[in-house]
Amino acid sequence: MAPELVANVVIAGVLTGLVYGLMALGLSVIFGVVRVVNFAHGEMMTLAMYAATVLFAAFGLDPFLAMVPVAAAFFLLGYALQAGFINRFITRPEHSQFMLMVAVAIVLVNALLVVFGPDARTVQVDYQLDSFQIGKILVDKGRLYAAAAALLGASALFAFFRFTLTGKAIRACADNYLGAKVVGLNVQHLYALTFGLGAACVAMAGCAMVLLVDVTPPLGPAYTLLAFVIVIVGGLGSMAGALLGGVLIGVSEALAGLLIDPSAKSMFSFGLLILVLLFRPQGLLGRRP
Amino acid sequence: MSALLEVRGISKSFRGLRAVGNASFEIPEGDINGLIGPNGAGKTTIFNMIAGVYAPDAGEIVFQGRRIEGLRPDRVCAAGIGRTFQIVKPFAGLSVLDNVVVGALLRERSTAQARRLSDALLEKLGLAAKRDLPAASLTLPDRKRLEVARALATRPRLLLLDEVMAGLRPTECDQMVEIFREINRADGTTILLIEHVMRAVMALARHIGVLHHGEVIARGTPEQVVRNPAVLECYLGEEAEV
Amino acid sequence: MSRRAILLAVLGAILVALPAFANPYVLSVAILILFFAYTGQAWNVLMGFTGQLSLGHALYVGLAAYASAGLYFHYGLGPWAGVWLALAVCIAGAAIIGFLAFRFGISGVYFALLTIAFAEFTRIGFDHLRGLGGPGGLFIHVSNRETWDLLNLRGPPAMFYYVILFLAAAALAFSTWLLRSRAGYYWQAIRENEEAAQALGINTFRWKMLAIVTSASMTSLAGVFYAFYYNNLFPEQTFNISRSIEIILGPVIGGVGTLFGPVLGALVLTVLSDSITNALAAFGWEFPGVKQVLYGVALLAVVMFLPNGIWPPIARRLKL
Repeated sequence: MAPELVANVVIAGVLTGLVYGLMALGLSVIFGVVRVVNFAHGEMMTLAMYAATVLFAAFGLDPFLAMVPVAAAFFLLGYALQAGFINRFITRPEHSQFMLMVAVAIVLVNALLVVFGPDARTVQVDYQLDSFQIGKILVDKGRLYAAAAALLGASALFAFFRFTLTGKAIRACADNYLGAKVVGLNVQHLYALTFGLGAACVAMAGCAMVLLVDVTPPLGPAYTLLAFVIVIVGGLGSMAGALLGGVLIGVSEALAGLLIDPSAKSMFSFGLLILVLLFRPQGLLGRRP
Repeated sequence: MSALLEVRGISKSFRGLRAVGNASFEIPEGDINGLIGPNGAGKTTIFNMIAGVYAPDAGEIVFQGRRIEGLRPDRVCAAGIGRTFQIVKPFAGLSVLDNVVVGALLRERSTAQARRLSDALLEKLGLAAKRDLPAASLTLPDRKRLEVARALATRPRLLLLDEVMAGLRPTECDQMVEIFREINRADGTTILLIEHVMRAVMALARHIGVLHHGEVIARGTPEQVVRNPAVLECYLGEEAEV
Repeated sequence: MSRRAILLAVLGAILVALPAFANPYVLSVAILILFFAYTGQAWNVLMGFTGQLSLGHALYVGLAAYASAGLYFHYGLGPWAGVWLALAVCIAGAAIIGFLAFRFGISGVYFALLTIAFAEFTRIGFDHLRGLGGPGGLFIHVSNRETWDLLNLRGPPAMFYYVILFLAAAALAFSTWLLRSRAGYYWQAIRENEEAAQALGINTFRWKMLAIVTSASMTSLAGVFYAFYYNNLFPEQTFNISRSIEIILGPVIGGVGTLFGPVLGALVLTVLSDSITNALAAFGWEFPGVKQVLYGVALLAVVMFLPNGIWPPIARRLKL
């Protein structure tokens, strides 16, 4: 097997992996702070992808430009979801919260099926078929731009949590729910804000992903699982871990597709999840649970 | 009288913070023994080591001549040590009776017999009227009584009571003291209790150990301990009212 | 006789007599209801009694279905032989998952994810098993639809109806017995407070293992039924996570941990879904997915407003 082929595949995997990473970052942030297992995460991603296709079909809007309105819309929707529904469930038992999001996921994915039908939808932009050439290595333009957008989104989120007052307040809530309340933080609002941010990440990732993959409703559950695999492998609560996990999964999927069988790639991810849950539940970069 | 429980030089540290250091004491069979000391002295940690929640970093725990340190909590219970928790842990979704039945099933073969035993225990602890209520509906004093009943259902030779009196009014406290005196007298159950409520300790305990910063600083009868200057300084205060 | 016993007797009489006056369509719906009542009951043992959330129960249905179907397909051995292999495979699977999870202290959400991962892993794995049909599916020859061949489970729908009715009734009786036994007490203690349970002498690892193995064993019988009733198996469908979710919908809506919850939930759900499908067809709105959207909304409503399911309030009202 020619080394260039492997290199191409690995690079493609890294780039796709960064987009996965951004998606998983949204989940990590939501789970890390609000402690809600967002079982509808992949469905939200799929919704974002559909939104991008609709905007493209209706206005010819490039997915990267579509990121702005879609992310804004998702932020508001995420905020509303948390404030309206999930906040009531914080004190309920775990499986109750889980079932809530399962229900949301079922509604979302099937609503998409009803509205858009089972056929694949896609976005066609000119640069999708172009690639940069570096020596013998080919890098897809679309993939590169998508990865760049993912990195941008991740950095923005990271900066927000590190440097802004609100970001620090959110981290305080994550560390100590009761303590945060005691010092006067409006935890409900901050939780909703966090969910909104997580949703916005997913929106960005979705708009980027639509350049790489055709969208169908069953992607919803598949991405949910993928997001969980990435977050657990990378480490819950670690933002860098989400990106690292994403890249790892992206590369292993790409290699599995090349070396074994395209359909076996998910098997590898699940196998990895099982191993991580058993032997290193905190993931690569996470804190001990 | 042979020692039912011997604790020899046990220590426990949590991530570099030493909770218990080289603690040793003995409890003779049939005794009521108290463990007192300021908060954070390591009392519950000692309990947890005896009960099997943690294994000590060093030292031995010998119960009825058998080494039990490091055994799982359920093995420790099967060996004959029952315990209550400082923060009560009732089976909230089960009825009061069923809570005790769970305990009774350790020694009883059939659920019917377990129920009979449990009813008797509820009677003894004054909870018979509430037997069919969900445990979640009980007040705190009742929850404490339930916890004791549940532990007693396992027919322990040694009963570990972790701050059972906390939150009880003086009359309720006296009632509990009576119950413990009764089971000690009638069934010969040995009792080790952690307590802050000195009224209860002085009334019940025949021997007291005092813990401070993870070490045993005094041991003796209640009268001896209460006059011990080290104890007065670290815990009871100069004008201790007992 | 208590109110409950009377109700059960009446219900039982109706169910036994059903094939006499029901048309084939109603019968097939009834079979579906009883199937989900059965699998719901089996799942309930692990979740309702013991508090461990499994979202991958389709794994056991699938493994059992393929084991028994494969045996019939390749060696002509009927379901009465196949059920033993199915049981063995499911017990092995449950034991592996249980051991890995409980030994390593995996619980709650992580446990749920683990069960999903195993189901998905198996789904993709079976896609590659040529010997069992692969993605194209495994088909069992259907040779007889008239006479009752219980030995090979070949026959008219009425036969299947009575088989699943028997299984569902047996599951209800078994669960009732389990709940009142030592296992029932210990499982519930583990569910309520595992630490307290240990302090009472309960070896929680061993009892959790028993729970998952029992649940899987019960589910395996459903898998065998599934194989011989539908006569075709596809990994994509049989192990699919939506199957796992279907299994839990009944108990969750009916009432997790109760005895009648799974039955009532299965009834409500199937009737609801069928009425919706028919109503939509009448309006000409036959889009794929509409039914599931309404499932989702129903689930959402129950989770939000009736977290203990619909059976407890009904039972209270009717003083059952």
